[in-house]
Amino acid sequence: MDFNFIPLAFGEVFSPTTAAYALAAIGLAVHFGFAGLLNFGQAGFMALGGYAFAVTTVIFGLPVWMGFLMVIAVSVVFALILGIPTLRLRADYLSIVTIAAAEIVRLSVKTPEFSDVTGGSEGINGAGRVFNEATNPLPDGRWGVGVLTYSSAQWWLIIVGWAMVAIACLLVWLLTRSPWGRVLRGIREDEDAVRSLGKNVYQYKMQALIIGGVIGGFGGFLFILPRSLQPDNYGTQMTFFLYTILLLGGAATVFGPVLGSIIFWVVLSLSDGVLSLLVSNGWLPIATTQQGPIRFIIVGVALMLLVIFRPQGILGKKKEALFSA
Amino acid sequence: MPEKTPVSDILAGEAAPGCAKKDPILVADHVSRHFGGLTAVDVAHVEIPRGSITALIGPNGAGKTTLFNLLTGFDKPNTGTWTFDGQSLGGVPAFKVARRGMVRTFQLTKALSAMTVIENMRLGATGQGGENVFASVIRPLWRGREAEITEQAEGLLARFKLDTKRDDYAGSLSGGQRKLLEMARALMTRPKMIMLDEPMAGVNPALTQSLLEHILSLKDDGTTVLFVEHDMHMVNEIADWVIVMAEGKVVAEGPPSTVMNDQAVIDAYLGAHHDVDLGTIEGRLEVAEEMDSEAVREEAEEEAEAAGIPVEHATPDAEATPAKTPRKKPAAKDEVTP
Repeated sequence: MDFNFIPLAFGEVFSPTTAAYALAAIGLAVHFGFAGLLNFGQAGFMALGGYAFAVTTVIFGLPVWMGFLMVIAVSVVFALILGIPTLRLRADYLSIVTIAAAEIVRLSVKTPEFSDVTGGSEGINGAGRVFNEATNPLPDGRWGVGVLTYSSAQWWLIIVGWAMVAIACLLVWLLTRSPWGRVLRGIREDEDAVRSLGKNVYQYKMQALIIGGVIGGFGGFLFILPRSLQPDNYGTQMTFFLYTILLLGGAATVFGPVLGSIIFWVVLSLSDGVLSLLVSNGWLPIATTQQGPIRFIIVGVALMLLVIFRPQGILGKKKEALFSA
Repeated sequence: MPEKTPVSDILAGEAAPGCAKKDPILVADHVSRHFGGLTAVDVAHVEIPRGSITALIGPNGAGKTTLFNLLTGFDKPNTGTWTFDGQSLGGVPAFKVARRGMVRTFQLTKALSAMTVIENMRLGATGQGGENVFASVIRPLWRGREAEITEQAEGLLARFKLDTKRDDYAGSLSGGQRKLLEMARALMTRPKMIMLDEPMAGVNPALTQSLLEHILSLKDDGTTVLFVEHDMHMVNEIADWVIVMAEGKVVAEGPPSTVMNDQAVIDAYLGAHHDVDLGTIEGRLEVAEEMDSEAVREEAEEEAEAAGIPVEHATPDAEATPAKTPRKKPAAKDEVTP
């Protein structure tokens, strides 16, 4: 019997993908958790971040720092496009527009018309290689224990990924404990009350949308480093994973998205291992192809239970729960 | 109990709807707001006297809250201009109106319940550089101002007897305490004029007296107060001036002692024909006569004819008609005939 899935699941704790989701969820925490903006298009920000970096560095062969600038620029522009028409309207309009905009992004980059630049439905390969060649200071080699042995490039990704998560956490912590964060929390609860006190609500919401969007864009950048860039990775499912992560950890907390992302990926990995063990030994009467969907059913049920019984998430404060009102 | 401002200090001429004041802080002209076919507000001219307490009264649906929303930028009027402290406020967004010193509270209290009382208060403060997104990440830039704000907030909380609730969530306060918190929070902005929308609604009678005193103390500080209220006792007690609205218009103005006896006010609250029986055709004809309205008269006459009552066209002699015929009679006849 193969129990390697246990250390492999433990490896999810610090994998670059976990870091990428944590980063994008931190951005979503700024939107939904702190500002109350129902952004259902975080996958769109991730896609644009990924494409901005890959197109700049892989397709046009420009330096990595130019790729970073493009990630920021494209995320800011996308936030402005989403925010200008919708932030003056009621909160639900933003959610409808964002979910549509994220799909527009995904379908646009897939079209054959743009395939010279975006790679069409094939996507773009090699962003991770380019990034590694340009920045990795580690010597060649492989280090680690057992199945958790990684190459120099993989270790570099882990370091970069979690350093970015740490920087984002620090930034969000500094922002939210400040008077700026206080205004944002006020807006989350009642815009008109804050407006009546002389604060430019529209401006604060736009700033929050941009900051969360740029963090989400870098989440997208991180996401493509260990794999190739595939447009279909950025469907609505990705946004819903991010919401699951966010609500799991605690939407209005700084470390909630990080904890949520770790738990999410460890549980997915563990349940996959357990299910395949049960199925391969014939203890569970389902086909191997049904394993994957069953994991997500478990995730969905867990999310429902969480929102009903602990709406503030694992790290949140009961009295600041977003679903209480 | 502080002295009321004498009427002679407020009034520049005769007391009448839309009359001129000696020193108005807010002057509005031709402000109207329509919701589809309904005219919610249609105020030709109104002035709010500076440094005094003005009550805005009127029956439900008179347009008081809508006027509040229009003046403070929370709603856009169809027509109209208004100035606050000499500056035009037409088309100015709500947050800028507040920054200029005209701050409002809401009929349905908007205490931010997921924030603590002290955080609610701090949110009201002005001039906090840490509310800028770039400055916010560098704490030394705003720490000094934050300490000043906290001190100001604690002073106000003590005055409103909320200091024991300092670190409680606003959601745990009672309805009356939330009203107090909302008022105290509005005062954090150091407004020139505060507009209170039904400050007494839902407040426990035990708190009423202290709330009245708080409002009077605002006047002592030189703040102009405009409030909407249904509680006539409160209006009598603290208002220097009363403006009465009905059906979107200002129908009467004056000091509380005289305005309560004004015919237009009694009409607005009780209905202009509260002593006429509108259940009878005669009564309606009488009203038609008084209103000089063809439409109402024709309608009443048609009904009278249908009911078989002789009507002398366009004469007020309907009173002489003997029978008080119930309206339903013709319908009953129809049922019998076939």
